[in-house]
Amino acid sequence: MTDLSLTQVGLGLDRDEPTPPTDAALRGPSRGRDLLRLLAQPGLVLAVIVAVLVLLAAFFPSVFTGRDPLEAVPKDKLQGPSLEHLFGTDQLGRDLFSRVVHGAALSMKATVIAVSLGLVLGSLIGLISGFFGGWLDFALMRVVEVVLAIPSLLLSLAIITALGFGTVNVAIAVGLASVARFARVMRSEVLRVRGAVFVEAAKAAGARWYEILFRHVLPSALGPATVLAALDFGIAILAVSALSFLGYGANAPAPEWGSLVAGGRTYITSAWWLTVLPGVVVMAAVLATNRISRAVDGGRSRS
Amino acid sequence: MGRYLARRLAAAVGVLWAAYTLAFAILYLLPGDPAEILAAGGENTDPDPAALEKLRAEYGLDRPIAEQYWDKLWAALHGNFGVSVTSGRPVTDVIKDAAPSTLLLTFGALAAAIIGGALLALIATYPRGAGLRQLLLSLPSLAVSAPTFWVGLILVQLLSFQWRLLPAIGNEGWKSLVMPVVTLAIPVSAVVAQVLAKSLLTELGSPYVEIAHAKGVSRTRIHLRHVARNAAIPTLTLVGVLTGELLAGTVVVETVFSRAGIGRVTAAAVERQDIPVVLGVVVFSAAIFVVVNLLIDLVYPLLDPRIAQNGARA
Repeated sequence: MTDLSLTQVGLGLDRDEPTPPTDAALRGPSRGRDLLRLLAQPGLVLAVIVAVLVLLAAFFPSVFTGRDPLEAVPKDKLQGPSLEHLFGTDQLGRDLFSRVVHGAALSMKATVIAVSLGLVLGSLIGLISGFFGGWLDFALMRVVEVVLAIPSLLLSLAIITALGFGTVNVAIAVGLASVARFARVMRSEVLRVRGAVFVEAAKAAGARWYEILFRHVLPSALGPATVLAALDFGIAILAVSALSFLGYGANAPAPEWGSLVAGGRTYITSAWWLTVLPGVVVMAAVLATNRISRAVDGGRSRS
Repeated sequence: MGRYLARRLAAAVGVLWAAYTLAFAILYLLPGDPAEILAAGGENTDPDPAALEKLRAEYGLDRPIAEQYWDKLWAALHGNFGVSVTSGRPVTDVIKDAAPSTLLLTFGALAAAIIGGALLALIATYPRGAGLRQLLLSLPSLAVSAPTFWVGLILVQLLSFQWRLLPAIGNEGWKSLVMPVVTLAIPVSAVVAQVLAKSLLTELGSPYVEIAHAKGVSRTRIHLRHVARNAAIPTLTLVGVLTGELLAGTVVVETVFSRAGIGRVTAAAVERQDIPVVLGVVVFSAAIFVVVNLLIDLVYPLLDPRIAQNGARA
């Protein structure tokens, strides 16, 4: 999948020198004004609604459908979308809407694991690299550069080759492939914070290095990495669905967004809904998370 | 210029070695016994211990990992990347056979992405009104949000089955290349458009544009001759990374359109956990990345003569 780190590449250019948060940004505007600003942006409202729906589907699929995603009703096979079956049925007569709703759980699980892994491991590497500097920093950053030179999809594929298939392994592969991006962002932020007056003050006051690192440097350097994590969400959804489409995800009957599209390929001429509709859901989820991450980012740099 | 090139060449060799080492570390050091993976070949069977021992001895997996690494690296330096576990053919042959069709697809898509993305950026930044600009500039974020495999399948549905314009699958003739190229190019053209539009807008605000205006140069001429040339550099920097992404994207696109090539070889190798082939493909992609970046380094000085003199990228 080409789009893995592409948004990253595009948007990452200005991400290396984050604007320092001002006092106003740290205090934050009143909650009422926040809500007003949100309602003035219908696109953002829609994005939030989509994101909430996807999360609801992932945790409480029964809210949306009472049907069993695995139950096959042969006499109802390959029916087009109707009120009875919102997304139609597949070749075994399983309800596609129910499969997409239940698929949200697996696909979201993989996405959350991937983003968390990238955020935590990447931030840790960036933190160590930026804080200690010297040869350690040099070595870590050379590794990061090489990782960034290899396309993230290829990196994920190599990791899957070593680890084997399954939803969690796909998630780990996608997460590890994003570690380098987080490390770089975190490092540049740590370098900025490291020389700040309050860090110097803590040092002068006799704080130990790990106290300075985790209590003073980490909290004020974490901002850009969390913004990147929000952005990484959309990328991870796409990466996970691509790997699942290729067949490296969960085993056959379990529904995942990518494998649902792959499953519909054979019936592309007779049952368009099997490929089109799960893809629409993936795209809606990605658009929503990207819109929200832009709002998070904009909120930081604007105020 | 000579020193500039020498430094770039040395860096290129370094990247290749590092890519090999990284791929080796992933494939041989991550949890998961290579011998078991090789024996299983993607199946979920429990191979008997005796066969495992034999495999370990055969592939040298019973020796210390550092020793294996140096041996394999030494062999790789001599063009020997081992043999495919599934087919028994040398990895270099497997890649050499599959490369031409994939390189055609990759560079076709690169050309399409640059032309498409640049056109969109140039057109979107031309009008004075903010409305049309906003509308055009929102297209890229739409394009990067669509799963590539899904876009490909939609194209197949419309162009092959509905309107019967293009063949749905295969490698035959230029017609079979159109949809894969377009599918692969869409997300990359979106990135090109985003980056180029951003630097175009920055350049448009600089003093030399105002001076050219004052001298009576037409807006179109300023846009295409003066601004576009300066704005091209940040986009050019990206081309190496984008080529790599395109090459990796062929894994999905060649699967969707059932085309033979590196992408299909990779997909099959991952499925069978064919470690030597996967390692070979990673190094191949790094090699393409390196070559493209060397070419870009040759183009930079043409756009901005200061770069060759300083030996540094702007």
